[in-house]
Amino acid sequence: MMLELRYFAWLRERLGTEREAVETDAATIGELVAELRAKSDRHAHVFADMSAIRAAVDQELVAMDAAIGGAREVAFFPPMTGG
Amino acid sequence: MGDGKTIIVQAAPFDMGAVLNAFAETTDGAGAIVSFCGVVRDVAAGDLEAMVIEHYPGMTEKALAAIREDALNRFSLSAALILHRYGHLAPREPIMMVATAAPHRSDAFAAAEFLMDYLKSRAPFWKKEITGRGAEWVAAQDDDEAALRRW
Repeated sequence: MMLELRYFAWLRERLGTEREAVETDAATIGELVAELRAKSDRHAHVFADMSAIRAAVDQELVAMDAAIGGAREVAFFPPMTGG
Repeated sequence: MGDGKTIIVQAAPFDMGAVLNAFAETTDGAGAIVSFCGVVRDVAAGDLEAMVIEHYPGMTEKALAAIREDALNRFSLSAALILHRYGHLAPREPIMMVATAAPHRSDAFAAAEFLMDYLKSRAPFWKKEITGRGAEWVAAQDDDEAALRRW
């Protein structure tokens, strides 16, 4: 399936892009991250420490083992710091 | 701002007095109004020049609306408002504001704290501090996550 990926804050800066489209068969966020790590050295570096990263599926915050079947948009970003 | 909107996400500065006065107009039956306003510190590491706030348009509004809805279900409120800015902010400028209105003050105070605790770690905003030495993303505090466990 085609997925639109969105990146924010330091992930956006280190990847050098705020969005990219990927074709993937990943069933969960964890599987998607494994695929992304293999995509480039830059991706491998950014996704090395998942304790520093949060994810959202179709704009809902989810756990790393969350299913992504049928999702349109997956976002990765650091822990939020609003307020 | 006087149009009764309860979730406001904007780049523009705001007048906290004007927002609060407009909010007060919407609070039928309330005997208590509590507000909190977050302001850009002018002392971060001594030489903060600016703060840049990034957000996730779309998810931001949904997350704030869900947090507000949660507060309305947990506390006895007659109204609740969340306003948060993004973009480029100067020291001492207001960043965000929550306001709650309730028949009694205990609900208004508790709900304002609840809104703050949740929006700090559940609404997709990220702060970056610009100083004379460069720019740095603000790290989330472990306390922020711990603060959610009391609710």
